[in-house]
Amino acid sequence: MPQTGPKRTPKAPRQELPLRDPQSRTQGCGEVSLGFTLKQAQMEARRCLDCKDPKCIEACPLHIDIKSFIARMIEGDFEGALERISEQNPFPGVCGRVCQCELYCEKACLLGRKLKPVAVGALERFAADYASQCGNGLHAEPNGRKVALVGSGPASLIAAYDLVRKGYQVTIFEALHELGGVLAYGIPPFRLPREILRQEIDRLRAMGVEFCNNFIVGKTASLDELFEEGYSAVFVGTGAGLPHLMKIPGENLIGVYTANEFLTRLNLMRAYDFPHSGTPVRVGKRTLVVGGGNSAMDAARWARRLGSETTILFRRGRAELRARLEEIDRAEEEGVHFEFLAAPVRLLGDETGAVREMECIRMRLGEPDETGRPSPIPIPGSEYRVPVDTVVAAIGQSPNPTLQRATPQLITNRGKIVIDDRGQTSLPRVFAGGDVVRGGSTVILAMRDGRAAAEAIDRALQEGR
Amino acid sequence: MNRIFHKVMLAPEVAWLEVEAPRIARRWKPGQFVIIRPTDDSERIPLTIVDGDAARGTILLVVQGVGRTSRLTISREPGEAFTDLVGPLGEPATIGVFGRVVCVGGGVGVAELLPVAAALRRVGNHVTAVCGARSRSQIILDAELHAAADEVCWSTDDGSAGFHGTVVDLLRSREAEFRRAGMIHVIGPIPMMRAAAELTRAWGVRTFASLNPIMVDGTGMCGGCRVTVGGKVRFACVEGPEFDAHQVDFEELARRNSAYREQERLAMQNHECRIGLVLTRQG
Repeated sequence: MPQTGPKRTPKAPRQELPLRDPQSRTQGCGEVSLGFTLKQAQMEARRCLDCKDPKCIEACPLHIDIKSFIARMIEGDFEGALERISEQNPFPGVCGRVCQCELYCEKACLLGRKLKPVAVGALERFAADYASQCGNGLHAEPNGRKVALVGSGPASLIAAYDLVRKGYQVTIFEALHELGGVLAYGIPPFRLPREILRQEIDRLRAMGVEFCNNFIVGKTASLDELFEEGYSAVFVGTGAGLPHLMKIPGENLIGVYTANEFLTRLNLMRAYDFPHSGTPVRVGKRTLVVGGGNSAMDAARWARRLGSETTILFRRGRAELRARLEEIDRAEEEGVHFEFLAAPVRLLGDETGAVREMECIRMRLGEPDETGRPSPIPIPGSEYRVPVDTVVAAIGQSPNPTLQRATPQLITNRGKIVIDDRGQTSLPRVFAGGDVVRGGSTVILAMRDGRAAAEAIDRALQEGR
Repeated sequence: MNRIFHKVMLAPEVAWLEVEAPRIARRWKPGQFVIIRPTDDSERIPLTIVDGDAARGTILLVVQGVGRTSRLTISREPGEAFTDLVGPLGEPATIGVFGRVVCVGGGVGVAELLPVAAALRRVGNHVTAVCGARSRSQIILDAELHAAADEVCWSTDDGSAGFHGTVVDLLRSREAEFRRAGMIHVIGPIPMMRAAAELTRAWGVRTFASLNPIMVDGTGMCGGCRVTVGGKVRFACVEGPEFDAHQVDFEELARRNSAYREQERLAMQNHECRIGLVLTRQG
């Protein structure tokens, strides 16, 4: 077919995402990244080289047909673009915002070898926001079998999408009152507006996926009961909900939070709107966030929005921060300070039991540890104190142990559910994926696991295992 | 879902609620709790399960209106429903054969004694319920306690009924009998649990306390309910709510529970101001 339509312009500069200006950001919790304009999206789409052998598709954990969806966008067919994305991923609004595409498609983009790669993530988001959220014509004949998915985070969501398209009747069980797992309690609305999350979950609902919130598998019903109630297989995607503590004196003082609690109060319970919402949060004049990952950035950016002077304390150097570069940039733009090579030693409180001071110690970098990063070594005698009113420990988490505790026959390793190469746990027809298997990881890898699990469940049930 | 079937006001600010929760009614055990959000904007609050009826598919909750959310909870009427209700949460209370058992409850805590006392009696213990109220008008569930325990005695702070003094004073007054108990279970306000624990420590009687820290999710995710027990940090929502009372750092628990008192007070004031305004306008 002869090539028609607008010309490709790979040498044009990569379009920059428009952002809300940092001053006005900290006045509310509106989304910071505004997304491409129509013109920008068209210009950016035209930068795609239309490779014969597109590496981006292979690199995408969900193997979205990036080349085709961009081609549709060039033609101005945004609904078509959304349909192409939806073949693999029904959550482009979520993924276009939170996927670390710089590690996957954009890293593999051929254009990136000499110039900047195509902004695939921003284009995906544009397609989601611009095209009307069509239901989709990918319905399958029901095959009469029921699958239960435990947890409504990214792993279960994508598994539900894949299973429902194979004809399974799917129920997602969620412990909290809102759906989305870490997307709801962990990721702030200024990074992922809640209506986007709700809309994309509603797509699943429209396809027939059943959602059951306020239901804790292991407490409200056991795994065995789910099988007795007619489910043929269960996927466990319960995430990494157990927060790590700093294990320093003073950790239980008032005003000291785990990132999970701080973020849950704000993201899920809307404490920023207290007393209109019923849940308060204590954010004082000065906030210290301990850690260097995305949760640390999220917590610090929230503290800024609540008017607190905010510093991120990280025991290694800037190069070792684990957060996405763009999140670090956003935090700095919003006035978050960074204190590198320092770690908390203890916290001191006042007579009411509220935290008032943090004693820190300076660190230097030593030989790489098991994570491959230089290990932080305390410098003796370098202790110093800083005044503080709110402390957030964003130093990682382990799998939520509720279901494992109620199901002792399920084999785990340091709390993580052990699976075989087919995604199956030590129990027949029980599968697992995402952070409950990996420990703390990313949304997109959880989605990849959910997809693999759906495939494995389908195979196992077909084979009658 | 979560519909209120019956409501009885046991005392001016204390409601007895029968709530639809068929799955919880089938699985709950004494000592476990639920988390509810009475309305859309509410915070999540933990409430101990007082009873459950698998056949009716309901559970019983006894709620005292102290803060904004608990007052909203008791203001709901039969036919209405709580927005959210999840459970059963936490580990069940310790139920075993101890011979003589004393169950000590203060305030609305006496409601939470009911299932524990009944379960302890069912396995063959002789159970005495030692209950405290501020005054005669605050005495609740007396008949139910008599049905659950072998013996029930009351104290009132003002002496208007039963023993004149606190529930811990009452406990102390019967030291000769109670220090021979095999186990003591305590639930109520923190100062009361702390005083009871100090007394029974001196007696050398094993004592369990059912704790009531601030919680958010109730599934071990946030760590907001952490308490220090025997020098170790424990999450009350998943490892408790019951712990060895002699090991609990009650002082820390009391401090942590006061974390939002000022914010709540201001919110409440605001709320009442607004209600006042509406009333004035209507008047």
